Amino acid sequence: MSLSLDKAFGTQELALRLRGERSQMLASNIANADTPNFKAKDMDFQAAMQAAESRGTGPMQATHEKHFNVSPGGGLDGDPQALYRVPHGPALDGNTVESHVEQAKFAENSVQYQASLTFLGDRITGLLGAIRGE
Amino acid sequence: MSLFKVFDVSGSGMNAQQTRLNTVASNLANAETVAGSPEAAYRSRQPVFASVLQAAQQGQGSGSVMGNPGQPDGTNVGVQVDEIVESDAPVQPMYMPNHPEADDEGYVYRSNVNSVEEMTNMISASRSYQNNVEVMNTSKELLLQTLRLGQQ
Repeated sequence: MSLSLDKAFGTQELALRLRGERSQMLASNIANADTPNFKAKDMDFQAAMQAAESRGTGPMQATHEKHFNVSPGGGLDGDPQALYRVPHGPALDGNTVESHVEQAKFAENSVQYQASLTFLGDRITGLLGAIRGE
Repeated sequence: MSLFKVFDVSGSGMNAQQTRLNTVASNLANAETVAGSPEAAYRSRQPVFASVLQAAQQGQGSGSVMGNPGQPDGTNVGVQVDEIVESDAPVQPMYMPNHPEADDEGYVYRSNVNSVEEMTNMISASRSYQNNVEVMNTSKELLLQTLRLGQQ
């Protein structure tokens, strides 16, 4: 039985990437907190995750049985869709960034990123243990 | 690695807020200046922010190694200072016949800086700056942890 590292790491690697994308979106929102007419964006993480997961393993990927199986990590090409945030109280200058909301989301996303990191780290530790025969 | 782009974005945000703080500083410093004519009076300066879509720069910059080509919806959006406009609020004439700058009728013209407005601007700018610093710090922590992944 061969060991596929892609499969060993599971969806955590995908999640980590998407978390990175999301942190970038939220950072953009925070940076543009004072830009007139800027509309805050965010992603639907669940939908993005499902899209990214299905993209790699779907039957459309291979048109021949001898084609290599492309790992899910290989294709995040079609980006997670950016959706516009609905503000609680719209500002006069057309800006929809609410700094406290964005900060909360950013903190939440960071913790989730860290959680994914921890899962990955544990998996690596487990694999290393198995390889060393500990 | 999109966490690297966070530094660009937050950095541009910090830059913009710094420009704003600078204009606040010069406005406040010149708040009490007077001039001999309305045209020469100091007028308060305000930066105009605009978001920068960096999607076009994708690929030539950092982080396209991970196979993440063009971002059609432009999630990587920094800020830049578009221009600095001078306020067109009226300047206040003050009757000071003994002032060396006074015109023929004995008036000098005080700058149109509104100190209260500038102070709120300053607080807002410093808070926004802090937010960006916070984002940068968190991203740095996350990146360092990512680099340590698998090295127990």
